[in-house]
Parts: sequence; structure tokens; C-alpha cells
Amino acid sequence: MQYVVTFLLAIISSMLIDNVVLSRFYGICPFLGVSDKPKSALGMGLAVIFVIVLSTIICWPLFELLKLAEITFLDTVVYILVIASLVQLVGLFIKKYSPSLYKSLGIYLPLITTNCAVLGVVQGNSDMGLDFMSSLANGIGTSVGFLIVIFIFSCIRTRLQGPQTPKAFKGIPIALITAAIMALAFIGLSGMVN
Amino acid sequence: MAEEKINQKKNFLKGIFAENPLLVSLLGTCPALATTKSVEAAIGMGILFTIVLLCSNVIISLLRKLIPDEIRTPAYIVVIATFVTIVKMISQAFLPELYSTLGVFISLIVVNCIVLGRAESFASKNDVKSSFVDAIGMGIGYTLALLLIAFIRELFGTGMITFGKIFTFIPLFRIPILKNPTIGYDYSISIFQFPSGAFIVFGLVLAIIAAINNNKKNNEIARKKAEAKLKKEKGAN
Repeated sequence: MQYVVTFLLAIISSMLIDNVVLSRFYGICPFLGVSDKPKSALGMGLAVIFVIVLSTIICWPLFELLKLAEITFLDTVVYILVIASLVQLVGLFIKKYSPSLYKSLGIYLPLITTNCAVLGVVQGNSDMGLDFMSSLANGIGTSVGFLIVIFIFSCIRTRLQGPQTPKAFKGIPIALITAAIMALAFIGLSGMVN
Repeated sequence: MAEEKINQKKNFLKGIFAENPLLVSLLGTCPALATTKSVEAAIGMGILFTIVLLCSNVIISLLRKLIPDEIRTPAYIVVIATFVTIVKMISQAFLPELYSTLGVFISLIVVNCIVLGRAESFASKNDVKSSFVDAIGMGIGYTLALLLIAFIRELFGTGMITFGKIFTFIPLFRIPILKNPTIGYDYSISIFQFPSGAFIVFGLVLAIIAAINNNKKNNEIARKKAEAKLKKEKGAN
């Protein structure tokens, strides 16, 4: 029981308190690029959950292998290759078995390779020397946190497209200011888990 | 392969002003927010980034006729990841403070869209010399943009600019501007050091640039209108 509670707390802490986008700054590019419409934000978020969780599961044993061979300096090269091929594979797999899911996720899959949230989570796990369950919790929490933030943000952004914004702030600048206010709100969640 | 002659000076300057990777093309935003807490961290990040960009641009430009078109992206990623690993090891060995401050963001240079973007759109099409100049221009442009954000954040966040904390080979000294403990005033606003401060500063910088551009555009439109009016009047006469 204690173990399950620790696992859940780890997920919540990397999901809300140490949020990927708003406090760790991973994945700002898709955060600003794909968050115009709530629907596409949801698709992107789901695809990111898929890839992050899978690559965490695959990269953890690979890092153990590298440790055995004493070539841990190769970790970044290995991770980026795993992620790039995983994204391709997942794309092909979904295309074959669930064309409807592919239709909704398909366009976002190639973008995920360059989403630094994926590499950031995997690299962070091995840099901090986490065990398998903590890595998994970090992966799940981070990706779900990404989904939550990108979805909320896209809902706010559809409201910002009206003519009320000053001309110079149109587009990205007002989005960044909105993100700043959201980050302030998320500071309030710190201290929830000790 | 006919390669047109490139004006090297223009090629160099475009990375700093007209095509600044961060402020104009909006690439590489993650490190721009994460590593700009202090001026020193921004300088360190800029230098490491420039080294990776320079080496990978030159190597990719050298190999541009050897790499088959179908597998070019994985090939570029491997080249970039190799240089990132080298830079990571060097900083870990000689500048451990910088390594621990930047943390995972050194590894994340691999997925920085600027490096891959320059490889794809410039180095794979141009000769070694212009790729070299292009990489230096882009690197300096990115470093200057990081410095701008970091300067605002450190100045307002801590009230002073600190040197020697990360680059430990220079002696520690502080330039107090908004906060001076010896005289006893403190106008610093700590929120600029928080993540939300990064978003605010970056947003405001982009808005100011957009305002300047809008102003220029309006002036041009006004000038064109005035010229057209003059022509009409001349025609009427």
C-alpha cells in the first residue's frame, strides 16, 4: 500500500507541482505552436503521453545495459535514436490497426521527435538515477501534465483571438503573457506534496 | 553542383538581425526560458550552443554529397548528438558549475530546432565556408538574444548582476544596480526569477519587437501613400 501511495504521489508531483511546461520549460515549441484549437491540443497531448510512456519503458533497461558496458556517455545518442524510431514505429502501428486514431494523431506524431519533453524526461530519469517505477511515474506524470496544460491553454487562446488584444501583442506575445499568469497560478500548487 | 556566390558579410549579419533564430524565427524557445535565470548561465548556454551548431554545420556541409536524401534527418541527428555528447563531457570536466546549472538542457541541444533547421536548410545545400559563417552568425544571434532576456531577468529579479558564480575561473564580483545591501535599498522583484517571470519577459520582448516592426511598416505605408499622392498631383498638373 505504501508503495502505491508513493507511486501516485510521484505522479502528482511531476504532473502539477513541477509541471513540464510551466516550471521545467520542456516542450514550449508545441505548446505555442499547436495550441490554437482545443481539439488539436488534445490530439497532441495524447500522442505525447503515448510516446513518453513508451520511451521511458524502453530507455530504462537500455541505460542499464549501457551501465553494464560502461559506456554511459553514449546515452543521449541512444535515446534520440530510440525516440525517433519509436515515433516512426508508433505511427506505422496506429496507421495499420486504428486508422481513425491515426487520423486524429497522425499529423502530430512527426513533431514529437523534436519535442524536448520526451528527451528531457528520459535523460532526466537517467541523470537523476531513478529506479524503474520512479521513472515510470515521472513519465506518466510529466506527459499527463503536458496534456492538462496544453488543453487549458488552448481553451484560453481561442478567447484571445478577438480584437481586444493590442496590435503588438497579437499571437505569440499575448500567449506568453497568458502562460506567465498560468505559471503563477501553478505556483499555488507547490507544497501540496511533501 | 552550381553554388551561387554568397555575400559572407550579409550571411553573417542575417543570423544576428534579420533572421535571428530566437526573436524572429521563434526557434529554440525552451532553453531561452530555462537557462536565462542569470547572465552567466545564458552566456554559457550560448557558447555551448554555438560550438555544437558550428561543428555540426561544418561536418554536415562536408558530408552533404555523401548523405543520401532519404535518411538525411537521422544522419543529421546522429552528427548533432555526437557533438552534444562531446560538449557535455567537456563542460562536465572543466566547468562543473555550468554543467550542474544547465543540467539536462545541455543534452536537449540535440532536439533544439535551430541546429536541425540550419543543417536542413543551409548546411546541406551550401559549401563549408558559408556554412561556417552562417553557424557563427546564428550562434552569436542566439547568444545575444539569450543575454537580453537573462539581463532583464537577473537585473529585476535579484537587483544585481553577478559574475564568477558559474565561471569559477574569474573572481566573484557583483554589480549592484537595484539592490545594494551596504547602502540598504532593495528594489528587486523576485518574480522575475520564477518561471512565470521568464514567460513575461520573453512575451514583452517579442511584443516590443512586433511594435517596432509595425511602426516601420506603418511608416512605409504612409510614405508610399504620400508618394502616390504627389504623383497624382503632378499628373493633375
